[in-house]
Amino acid sequence: MSDPQARTRTPEFTTEVTVHVDGTKHAVRVDNRVTVLDLLRDHLGVTAPKKGCDHGQCGACTVLLDGRRATTCLALAVSHDGADVVTAAGLGTVDALHPVAQAFVDHDGFQCGYCTPGHICSAVGMLDELESGAPSHVSADLDQTAELTAAEIRERMSGNLCRCAAYPNIVAAIASVAGRSDPRKVTP
Amino acid sequence: MIPFEYHRATSVGDAVATLARRPGAMFLAGGTNLVDHLKLGLVAPTLLVDVGHLPLTDVDELPDGTLRIGAEVRNSDLAAHPVVRTRYPVLSRALLSAASGQLRNVATTAGNLLQRTRCAYFQDLTTPCNKRAPGTGCSAIGGYTRYHAILGASEHCAAVHPSDMAVALTALDAQVVFSSLAGEDRLPLSEFYRLPGDRPDLDTTLPPGALITAVDVPPPPQGARSTYRKVRDRASYAFALTSVAAELVVDDGVVHGARIALGGVAHRPWRATRAERALLGAPATEDSFWAAATVELDAASPLAGNEFKVELTRRAIVSTLSDLSEGRRP
Repeated sequence: MSDPQARTRTPEFTTEVTVHVDGTKHAVRVDNRVTVLDLLRDHLGVTAPKKGCDHGQCGACTVLLDGRRATTCLALAVSHDGADVVTAAGLGTVDALHPVAQAFVDHDGFQCGYCTPGHICSAVGMLDELESGAPSHVSADLDQTAELTAAEIRERMSGNLCRCAAYPNIVAAIASVAGRSDPRKVTP
Repeated sequence: MIPFEYHRATSVGDAVATLARRPGAMFLAGGTNLVDHLKLGLVAPTLLVDVGHLPLTDVDELPDGTLRIGAEVRNSDLAAHPVVRTRYPVLSRALLSAASGQLRNVATTAGNLLQRTRCAYFQDLTTPCNKRAPGTGCSAIGGYTRYHAILGASEHCAAVHPSDMAVALTALDAQVVFSSLAGEDRLPLSEFYRLPGDRPDLDTTLPPGALITAVDVPPPPQGARSTYRKVRDRASYAFALTSVAAELVVDDGVVHGARIALGGVAHRPWRATRAERALLGAPATEDSFWAAATVELDAASPLAGNEFKVELTRRAIVSTLSDLSEGRRP
């Protein structure tokens, strides 16, 4: 086909999808090639998730997709018809930040802030995984629920990159939410 | 990316029949590899048949002790499954060593098996690659070979299989169950993956159009210990330079059973059968492990630039087996 744009407008290459984003229902017809990330940002104006690498390597586009953290740049919108999406913006309000978001502020867990919404969603999802008893690569015992050491946080958060390298404060922020009295004394 | 049609499969039969009707159609599951390939221009399907919503998400223990893993079980769910954690630590640890938390939540069991190599030349449309474009040549041979094969490569391809899970499943003698228009069939993983030979474009022996529905893992032998050791350039979220999936049965200081597979070193997960044979009946000592690893790696033919992986792999095998025999966690 000489004109890809013409094909794009034909109905067989588009699909009607419904998604719930931060509590709001949206029904849109999308080109089948559109990712959840592009649906959120370009079609729905939801700009909390960021486009970093667009190849699943940096984690900036992380949201909670049907309750679990996922990179939205590798998810096709058509495959997520009916999905429930929670972005960093939907986790709390400006007046009442989600505890993880508040911890990032309190611990200075960012510099430029571009990766932060992805980090926050990833941390929220990661803490749920930990609570469900899921082990990680660095867990000594697969049968025990791991203690959230700094090593566990770093391993479980390795899918989120921070080019400003705010990692020490990100680890401290997450450790503080997990109930540490002094996050800087987290066991290495 | 060219436009494509989309069909959400309603059943395994519907998925297989829909794909068969449409040349140029591909299955989509988690999408963590395929969507990347769509963006990179490595594939250009005219129709995606979405099998990611099929009810193949159970992990069941069959009456004979086999663990049947549904094709759409997510990597994170499989790694955290109580039976996998207790009975097959090598599988749990292999899964946990791979990708990131976000990707493991999405990536499926079948998709993990069928992911393509991360050879930089394969993923770069501007370079010759026999796997991507047969007959154009291999850019890796004579190129940057740090992440390439030391075992079983051909003059046509030196790519390695990227999966960690598949290495563990190869050591565990798992079988792939699949459906096609011809009905249901199965393949042991040892026959599922192939060496490149003169057809590096083919990763597996899975019949064209077949859909993987499950992976069967037989019960481990009595008294077996298993684990997975991955050596990589970063501590987390990186592909293996080399990896070792190993299961050992030691009684009274003597090796009664050994199953070993290597990752990051060949076009397929490399079952170390020579090392296994050398270990049977041998004392469970570091000397035995060293000798067995050496017997296996005598077959190595590294490329210019990745010779170090032979020694790295030898040491990874020895340390993994030593840890297992002494009950240490690697």
